[in-house]
Amino acid sequence: MEIKFSPEALEEARRIKEFFTFQQGSLLPVLHLAHREFGTVSDEVIDYLSSLLDIPVSNIKDAVSFYTMFNMEEWGRYVIQVCHTLSCALRGAAEIVDFLEKKLKITVGRTTPDKKFTLIKVECLGSCGTAPVVRINDQYYENLTIERLDSILDKLE
Amino acid sequence: MIILKDVDTIPNINTLEGYLQAGGYRALRHGMEKLDPETITEYVKDSGLRGRGGAGFPTGLKWSFVPKDTGKPIYLCCNADESEPGTFKDREIILKKPHILLEGIAIASYALDCHHCFIYIRGEFAHEAEILRKAIREAEEQHFLGKNILGSDFHLNVVVYRGAGAYICGEETGLIESIEGKRGYPRIKPPFPASVGVNQCPTVVNNVETLAFLPFIVLEGPDAYKRFGSENNYGTKLYCLSGHLNTPGVYELEMGVYLDELIEKYGGGIPGNRKLKAVIPGGSSVPVLKADEVHVRMDFDSLQKAGTMLGSAGVIVMDDTTSMVDAALNLAKFYAHESCGQCTPCREGTGWLVKLLKKIKDGRGDKNDPDLAVDICNNMEGNTICPLADAAAAPIRSIVQKFRDEFDQRLG
Repeated sequence: MEIKFSPEALEEARRIKEFFTFQQGSLLPVLHLAHREFGTVSDEVIDYLSSLLDIPVSNIKDAVSFYTMFNMEEWGRYVIQVCHTLSCALRGAAEIVDFLEKKLKITVGRTTPDKKFTLIKVECLGSCGTAPVVRINDQYYENLTIERLDSILDKLE
Repeated sequence: MIILKDVDTIPNINTLEGYLQAGGYRALRHGMEKLDPETITEYVKDSGLRGRGGAGFPTGLKWSFVPKDTGKPIYLCCNADESEPGTFKDREIILKKPHILLEGIAIASYALDCHHCFIYIRGEFAHEAEILRKAIREAEEQHFLGKNILGSDFHLNVVVYRGAGAYICGEETGLIESIEGKRGYPRIKPPFPASVGVNQCPTVVNNVETLAFLPFIVLEGPDAYKRFGSENNYGTKLYCLSGHLNTPGVYELEMGVYLDELIEKYGGGIPGNRKLKAVIPGGSSVPVLKADEVHVRMDFDSLQKAGTMLGSAGVIVMDDTTSMVDAALNLAKFYAHESCGQCTPCREGTGWLVKLLKKIKDGRGDKNDPDLAVDICNNMEGNTICPLADAAAAPIRSIVQKFRDEFDQRLG
């Protein structure tokens, strides 16, 4: 499959490039865009962005590998991110992880065979007052109980 | 109080309409029409406002370091990275009253002669980033931001810049590197961002909460701000309560509220019949307090005297069912994951702490291991480019020292 932005995304990437003229300022916004478009930042995506932004491949890989939100491998359609830092840990993050591993029949870091779910543990999501917290793709689910999480997952297509 | 005033009584205060109804953007008008940039900076200095990102550095003083004669643009970076465990106050401001932040940004930019502002928001806050973008568009349409602000020749371009999952980008030079599209490696200082920041230009980095205080200070004057709090610790503070509490959440209170009162009265006390065991009062990077140390005022100076820090005022409460070995290991893992890897003491030290604490937790530790953990912390602190190593060492060392018996009991 040829890696190429949709016309709308390409237009947005051009606007970002024109706006962030200093250093590699356009890189993170365009990486977010690419992540939304392609679901992954693979080597092919990096090559494409390199020619689009005139930024060397090595510089892009350098940044991509540093930030946790850009995955270089393919993830499931729903990426379940369980916060397990202290405030969430105190309020049952471990039980949430146990439940998810059993329900999805995968261990942390894995994707279900149907490519629907990827389960990962993440560090503090900045929502400690409503712990335990799980983020699924871009959506936060707060004050979770196992029962609520169970029904949230059942509703995902 | 000040920042979260009216959020319960004006339901649409999160919109421009509601914010204007609550008197919003009057401070910007007052500042631009009645005061000059120097006077605003003097107001901020006189108010005693100290930065709310964690370090408590005087905001007016930080502004005064910016050279005005370089011919280069001056940048303002609003730090909305909010990555310190236990901290969730900036998100509250953005969700409930985004325009107070934008008004604060406009006032700061006017005072600093700045025309470019980046709001650096953590990548996970996709929804909050969208709220800010929408609020910026609303404000631009009515000339509170953008071109010809309030009909003047003052322009200000405010852009939301999303991070992508890295604690270290909350450190101001890591943040600047990230805005430049690079790894968030903190820079060696000096030079400080005030003279060499974004794209080598003078840059001020201020926290969301810090900026959100500016409309009040400009409109009501520094003395009105100083009616809250006490000497050197003026104003109100957004306290974040999390952990084992009945009613965790964000509470804006006068600076210097007692920690035990905060836990009992606002946090609703500890659930069940359990008892308080320990509190980390200022976000995960500060030393822990034991249950008998919590009658202390929650301000910069009082907590420093008590051997800890106000930090970001992220209060993490732990009850008597908490294993302090587990808590220490949890934090060690966080810092090991988030260490950027530039400096050896931090990169290796955080990794060693994880291995050592894991060994103790699993019952494989020997009698020297708790001392070794303290020794590692001592050798990390002060030996790195940025304060992440200190941030990892402080809570872990204090947990090992103050709850030593729990560690000794777990030894093999």
